[in-house]
Order: sequence, then structure tokens, then C-alpha cells
Amino acid sequence: MSVMGNTALSFSEDQAMILDVARAFCRDKSPIGSVRALLESDTGFDPGVWRQMVDMGWPGMALPEAVGGSGLGMGAVVPVMEAMGKSLLGGPLLGSVLAGQLLWRAADDSAPSDSTRNAVLVALAAGAPAAVAVLDNHDWGASRIRCELGTDNALQGVKQQVMEAAGAEWFVVVAQQAGEPVLALVPAADLVAGARRSHTLIDCTRRAQAIDFSGVRVPEDAVVRGPRVAAALRDFRLLGALLVAAEAGGSAAACLDTTVDYLKTRKQFGRLIGSYQALKHPCVDILVGVDSTRSFVYHAATLLTDGELDREAEVACRMAKAQATETLKYAGDRAIQFHGGMGFTWECDAQLYVRRAQWSQQAFGDAQHHRKRLAQLLLDD
Amino acid sequence: MSTVSEQDRQEFRREVSAWLRANKPADPGFLLPQSFMEVGSEQQLEFLREWQYKVWAAGYLGMAWLKQYGGQGLDPGFQSIADQEMRRHAVPICFNVIGLGWAGPLINDIGTEAEKSRYLKGILTGEDIWCQGFSEPDHGSDLGSAQTRAERDGDDYVINGTKIWTTMGNFAKYMILLARTNPAAERKYDGLSFFLAPMQVPGIDPRPIRKLTGEYGFTETFFTDARIPASCLMGEEGEGWKIAMKTLQYERGAEAGAAGGLAFVRIVIDDMIEQLRDVERDGAPVLQDPAVRDQLVQLIMEEKAVVLGDRRAGIAPLTTDYPFSLPLSNKLRFTENTRRMRQLAINLQGADGGLYVGDEGARQGGFWQRAYLNSFSATIGGGTSQVQANIIAEHILGLPK
Repeated sequence: MSVMGNTALSFSEDQAMILDVARAFCRDKSPIGSVRALLESDTGFDPGVWRQMVDMGWPGMALPEAVGGSGLGMGAVVPVMEAMGKSLLGGPLLGSVLAGQLLWRAADDSAPSDSTRNAVLVALAAGAPAAVAVLDNHDWGASRIRCELGTDNALQGVKQQVMEAAGAEWFVVVAQQAGEPVLALVPAADLVAGARRSHTLIDCTRRAQAIDFSGVRVPEDAVVRGPRVAAALRDFRLLGALLVAAEAGGSAAACLDTTVDYLKTRKQFGRLIGSYQALKHPCVDILVGVDSTRSFVYHAATLLTDGELDREAEVACRMAKAQATETLKYAGDRAIQFHGGMGFTWECDAQLYVRRAQWSQQAFGDAQHHRKRLAQLLLDD
Repeated sequence: MSTVSEQDRQEFRREVSAWLRANKPADPGFLLPQSFMEVGSEQQLEFLREWQYKVWAAGYLGMAWLKQYGGQGLDPGFQSIADQEMRRHAVPICFNVIGLGWAGPLINDIGTEAEKSRYLKGILTGEDIWCQGFSEPDHGSDLGSAQTRAERDGDDYVINGTKIWTTMGNFAKYMILLARTNPAAERKYDGLSFFLAPMQVPGIDPRPIRKLTGEYGFTETFFTDARIPASCLMGEEGEGWKIAMKTLQYERGAEAGAAGGLAFVRIVIDDMIEQLRDVERDGAPVLQDPAVRDQLVQLIMEEKAVVLGDRRAGIAPLTTDYPFSLPLSNKLRFTENTRRMRQLAINLQGADGGLYVGDEGARQGGFWQRAYLNSFSATIGGGTSQVQANIIAEHILGLPK
């Protein structure tokens, strides 16, 4: 079989409508002035804007109707994330959607509908912010889970970089019990004083915390275990990679626009600097990267299903992430350089993108990580 | 869209596939051209001519052209299927591409009855080889400034000047020629005329250009008081630019009507990976080397991005950001990826990478070395990558000239 594999790409009318609505909303609610105003705030996002996102049903878009979602699938979340990335709009959506996916995909359908897991899914679909606590250390590619759920259902372990943790009402904690992966559902109120430490992130549009879950006792019906957990964790990582890719693709396009606008107005040596090929051609390279990113992102979105992701979907998600964050890195890096002295200042918007690029490339694994997995998938069969 | 039923299509596909299996020529023992721009020897020419004739005689070339002109008068859908199967069976190219793909459809579309009867069948059978006289040494991208003169003298036009990059100029019987009939025209474009010119007349001297591969394929074509009949003029005097632009539409695949057949051998990254399966580096399979694997995945992604870009270009809501950016950058992305891929193929052959066509130890007869050197024809021809980047920067991003 060819290494090109599946090359399907489709986009439904629903998706097109969602993209339109999301873009208009993000442009309106997150102009660059608002983004800047939030940079040094505590929350990093505007609760009023988040409330409106909840009212539009975004947190529950991909969850089934049975738990109060709209059943549109993850393909509907992708355009929203892209639009948010383009306007640098942050907040709990990314973490909440991923928490919902992990939880929903991990559980046995036979779980009683009154379980804590179901209650949490209903709460998430209704807009309760949530976060997945997954990282035990700096390694997104780690296969071993260090956080333990003891035989007494007490957690032992510290989780790093839990996204938008300050406002989260629920944590989905990835742990292991007797060597098997499990998910522990922990309400924010169960954390002891001093368990949280706020991170200082390089991307100032985001917030995260390190959380010590040690000693938190989890009721049995708030533990998700069973044969589906491992696959759900893998799919959660792929979906996370794709959503970050979609967001990074949007940010890269905005970054390119910022740079191009400057090159069209800044004069040196009596001419617009955008007329120099030394600046022009890298901009074309960025454009090609932005175009490739969109193609990969929506190709991956085409292959997503509610069931376990197949090999082609895995390839697509990994390619999307590898392409998107490399593009954003390059776009941000050149944005600083091409703004000259201005680019070195806090006031210049280029810094917003170059900083986001550094965070985005790490989240859910960097480009080398994904290319390494792609090599196994494409070269070794 | 085609009106042919799915059943007829499948039946035809089976038929052509069976024919190709039975008739695919054996390896001739010498390297065959990977494209129509690489026909450098009589030996190659005779082989390809025989193959094209065979394909035509079997009824798989010019299927949509009318019967009286050597075609079959069938739905173009059949030719598409035949072409797909030829690609799948990796048979040799149908080499007379300028006739089959550009001059032929042009004559079919706007030619007179006499022109159609005279030229079309010979294009299909491969008997009449066609070449193109557009570019000049001093006017590559700037075609409108072409200076080759055509002066009316009685029943003849007298041609003086030089054309370059004439593919198969030394084998061709006819040339589609763009020449200046009126140097005094107010707009330079209005002074140009278009000819279906014979090549075997005194005063036309096609001199083969030796390419960086060491092979031939193009000529520089000198015209010194060459007399061609006035009846060779296509359309009217002064219509040359319009007709040349129409020709380029066929060349770029923007307009249908081509006779079909493979114009070039498609080389994909799977071919490259296969040729590396037995190569070792540092005592282990090269495909297990982490640095190499990373590079290969990057190239696979580049190639896949081109394919996916073509898909996305057809989805309107996903192309509103930079309209036309995908089609306009397609050549740049595709040809640069091709060049890089072939370059890496040599890189990864170890010491064998240093061998060339003619060495018995060269992998696949030096296929990748030759393919890499030839890949520049696409990154330079039809507008260099650098000019493409300028066009994209100015037209898509709106950067100043």
C-alpha cells in the first residue's frame, strides 16, 4: 500500500456554518486589544465570553445527546478551535472538550447512567469547566503512568501543566492501579489547601497549574476502569494533538497576516520592505505551511469517528500536529525578525505568536515525537 | 460529466488492463525517458514510436478525437480510464506530447478542415512528431517580446531568428511557431502570428542542447531565411498571441481536449522507499536510522500536503482566506518536493549514490541520479520557483513588487 494512504477531505454544511459563526464570534469577542488586556490577568480569559461560548453549546458539541450534548462529533470542534487560534482566544474550552472525550470514550456502555461519570459528562456538556490531569513530568510521549491510585482508592502523585485548572470544577486524573490505567474523577472541592501551584507559561494567553493529588480519596463510582481506558487515552492524545494543531494553524495564519501588514507599510532605504525578496519568499514559505496545515487538519477531522480511531486517523492527527506547530514556530520566529527592532518589544504583537508557538509545539507531543510515530506507522509495516 | 455507465467503464477498464498486461514491452536494456523532454537518442525514439503506434492501433489513444482524424469518437471518460491504467501498469510514455497534448487539441478546436485532415492522424500514430517554437534565448518568461521574424514574400513566409528549449526539435516534422509578422505594431502582442510550420526545409537548423544529465532532448533552433508556405499561417496575422495563450492552456492542463497517453513517468515516494529497503548505513538498514526516518516522514508529508491541497481547493468554505493560493502555489510545492525527494534518494544510497548512469553498479541503472538532475526542468521550466514565489507573494499576499 502507498505511504500516501487515505487522502479523503470533506467538509459538511454544518461544519461550514460552525466555522462562520465561530470566526465572527472570535473576531468580535477577542480583538487584539482584549487579548492584550487579559495577558496579565489572573484567569487569562473573560468569564463573560466563556459564558457565551457555553450558551452556544460549544462545550457539549461533540458529546452525545444522551448526556446533553449536540452529537456533532469532534469534526465540529475543529473549526471552532481554528477560529479561536486565529483570534488568540483562550479559556477552558480545549481542556473541557478533551476531558469530555476522554471520559466518554473510556467508559463501558454498561456503566450505570447514574454513575459519577455520567453526572460529570452531563455537567461538562452544560458548561462546567473541566481539565485532564495527564502529565506526570515533562515527557508527552511517556508510556508509563506514575500517578497511582492505591487499593484504598487514594491518589498518589503530582500532575504537571493541568490546563486552565484554576476554574475547573472537575479533574479527570490519569492514574494507574495495579498496573492498569484508570481515570479518577476529582471535584475541585476535594483538593487540599496547598495542592495547587500556578505555572508561569511562556504563552501568556493560557494558564495552568501543577496539582498534587496525593491523599485524595476517590469513591469507587468515580473511577473509570476497564478495557477501553487504554485506547481512550491514546485517542485523547491524538484528539488533543489535532485540536492544538487546529488552533496553531489559526494562530499561524493570523501571525502571517500581522507580518505581511507590517511589510506593506514599513519603509527603509526609500522602499517598502515587503518588496525585498529576502522577506517575501519566507512569507510564501509560511503561507505554504499555513495551507498545508489546514489541509492536514481538515483531512484529520474528516477521518475522526466516535469510535476508536483507526490507523489512518492516527496518521492524519499526527501529521496535522507535526505540520501545524512547525509552521507556527517558523511564522512566529520570522514575525519577530521581520519586525526588526519593534519585534523585540512587548508591544509588538509578534511576541504573542512566537510565545504561543513554543507552548503549542510541546502540547500533546512535538513534531519530532509525532514524526517518530509516523515513521513506525508508514515505514515499518 | 461523462454519460458512460459504470458498467461500461468497468468493462472497459478490464479490457484495457488485460491488453496492457499482455502488451507491456519488456525492458529494452537501455534507459527509457522519464518524460517527453528526455528523448535523446534514435534508439529511444524508435522504441517509443513503436509503442505509441501500438497503443493507438489498439484503440487506446485519441479515443475522444473524431474517427475521420484517426480517433474513435468516444466519450473522453474512456481515455481517462485508459490513461489511469497505463499509469497503473507503468508502461512507457506516449512521447509525441506536444502533438497529442497541445498542438492536436488546438487544431481540433480552431483548425480548418484541411488542417485537421492533414495533421491530426499523424500526431496519434507517432509518424509526425511535433515540437514547439515559443521561447527564445532572450525571451524565456517574457513570451510577448518574441523577436523571431516571419516576413511575407509571395506565397511564402521567410523566417529568421532563434528558438530555444525546442523539445525533440531534431526529430520533429512540424513546429507550432510563434513569430513576429509586424514589428511596427503598437502593442507588441499584436505583431505576433502563429504557424503550423514544417521543420524539414532549408534554413532550419535544430542543434541539440546537451543537458546536465549528459543526454539530449532539446534543441536550439536557428532559422536563416527559411521559407515556409503561406498556408502554414494559423488564423490571421496578428492572432499569434491569442492562439499561443490558448495553447498554454492545454499545456497547463487548464483546458481539455488532449489525446491522452502518459506524458511522463510518475515517480512517487513509495518508489524511493522501496529502493532503500536493502541499503545499509553504519551496518544497519538505512530505513532504521532515526535521522533518515525523520527526513523521510517530512518528505512524505510534503507530498501528501500537495494531494490534500488539491482536495481542499475544491471545497469553497475552506479556501476563503487566501483565494487561489492553493492552485497558484501547486507548481512550486509539487516541483520542489519532487526535487528534494530525488536528491535525498541519492543521499541515502551510500557509496552507490556517487555512481551514475552507465556504471553497472548504479542502483536501478542510475535512475535516481538522472531523475534528480532532470527534476530541475520542472523547477525552472514554466516559470522558476523563485518567480513563482514572487507571483504568490504579490498576488496572494499583496506584497509590493
